[in-house]
Amino acid sequence: MWQSAIDVLFQGRNAIRLLEGLWVTIRIALISIALSILLGMLFGFLMKSERRLVRFLCKIYLEFIRIMPQLVLLFLVYFGLARTLQLNLSGESASILVFTLWGTAEMGDLFRGALESIPKHQYESGMALGFTNRQLYVQVILPQTIRRLLPQAMNLVTRMIKTTSLVVLIGVVEVVKVGQQIIEATRLTTPGTALVVYSVIFFLYFMICYPITRIAKRLEQSVEGGS
Amino acid sequence: MKINQKEIILEIDHLEKQYEERKILNQVSLQVKKGEVIVILGPSGCGKSTLLRCVNGLEEIQGGLVSFNGWNVHDNKNKIYEVRQKIGMVFQSYELFPHLTILQNVMLGPTKVQHRNKEEVKKEAIQLLERVGLSEKVNAYPRQLSGGQRQRVAIVRALCMKPEIMLLDEITAALDPEMVREVLDVVLELAKQGITMVIVTHEMAFAKAIADRIVFMDEGVILEETTPEQFFSNPSTDRARRFLSGFSYEKVKEEEKVAI
Repeated sequence: MWQSAIDVLFQGRNAIRLLEGLWVTIRIALISIALSILLGMLFGFLMKSERRLVRFLCKIYLEFIRIMPQLVLLFLVYFGLARTLQLNLSGESASILVFTLWGTAEMGDLFRGALESIPKHQYESGMALGFTNRQLYVQVILPQTIRRLLPQAMNLVTRMIKTTSLVVLIGVVEVVKVGQQIIEATRLTTPGTALVVYSVIFFLYFMICYPITRIAKRLEQSVEGGS
Repeated sequence: MKINQKEIILEIDHLEKQYEERKILNQVSLQVKKGEVIVILGPSGCGKSTLLRCVNGLEEIQGGLVSFNGWNVHDNKNKIYEVRQKIGMVFQSYELFPHLTILQNVMLGPTKVQHRNKEEVKKEAIQLLERVGLSEKVNAYPRQLSGGQRQRVAIVRALCMKPEIMLLDEITAALDPEMVREVLDVVLELAKQGITMVIVTHEMAFAKAIADRIVFMDEGVILEETTPEQFFSNPSTDRARRFLSGFSYEKVKEEEKVAI
């Protein structure tokens, strides 16, 4: 029975379809993560704005995103926007939008935290050397901020990759969905398929996320040694 | 050289600094001539560190004037970074940039701020590091250095900008006692080379040895401004006398007898 279940993987285009599904997962994750990093930096600076109103709005945005389950956000954007604004986003665009909104909020908060952890004297030492504000940030503050941020950012990245599995529910055919399709197609002939396919999916996620957590660990150690 | 020595490069005129209601500096006036070494003494909280920070615009002021080489430091706020390039400052907490090696720390200002030739700066930086006995640490990171070594690097980092004046803000206060000497020796060396310095310190013997003039402050006011010989042997104010007596100790055994 197990042999035939494993054979299912290699029937037709099944293996390739799984990898194609994985590519959809990775694509959604990568685009969202890239956007989140860029926008998150901006958001982090905004959160430190001198204007109280700006800080207040940032806080509300952050809390809103944090309180809402990602699934609800996905539904809200995919179904809600389509109904109310006649905005027909594809499932993949909606996913990227939601994951970017989420990633920006979280990344921004991490960025703000890292920025605040840089001691005041680092700014003053830089200023005393005659740096302009811009040079101060580029040469002194940002390199240190990013170093401190990296371990947690990596952590967020793996969380985002894993959470992409939710996009099945708004009809995006990614790796989990392809797996389900394969299982459905062979449900009656080879019942062992489910375990095999899901194991493969587990393995695929593992292959992506494990190296990232390893890198995060290593960075964490090097940052600890550095301070 | 003779003419230069008379040239006033820093002039502080009726400086007022307030923090909320509290007056930190009250009508402080001080002139520093080129090549002069001025040591500011006073109890903690007397405003001496704040005074230094006002000189390179790290603190805003509420009144008076700080004029450096004719520049009004607090007026041209937007170009303050240009003035600061000429004013080297070393702080109590030896804050090197932890993400850069020692050499990179020293080279950062001259190359990025002053856009000087990299090779030339490197040569100079290594030379300066050699002079303070750190030639082997050139490629080390700050975390691998002791406090005293880091502080020597901080001095070199400021020096490499070729400043016209150095402000040293209690640079040995955070160091273990056995490391104080190595740092102060570097400063004594600078004084011998004729570098203009304004120094805030609690090391009395050092102050006596290095100062051309001692400025004694308390509660935001300059109470005395005199030669070190005069100040340490015969201060003219009671406040200074009490301050100085705080650094000598009575014999405990004799005191016991008196108490009995």
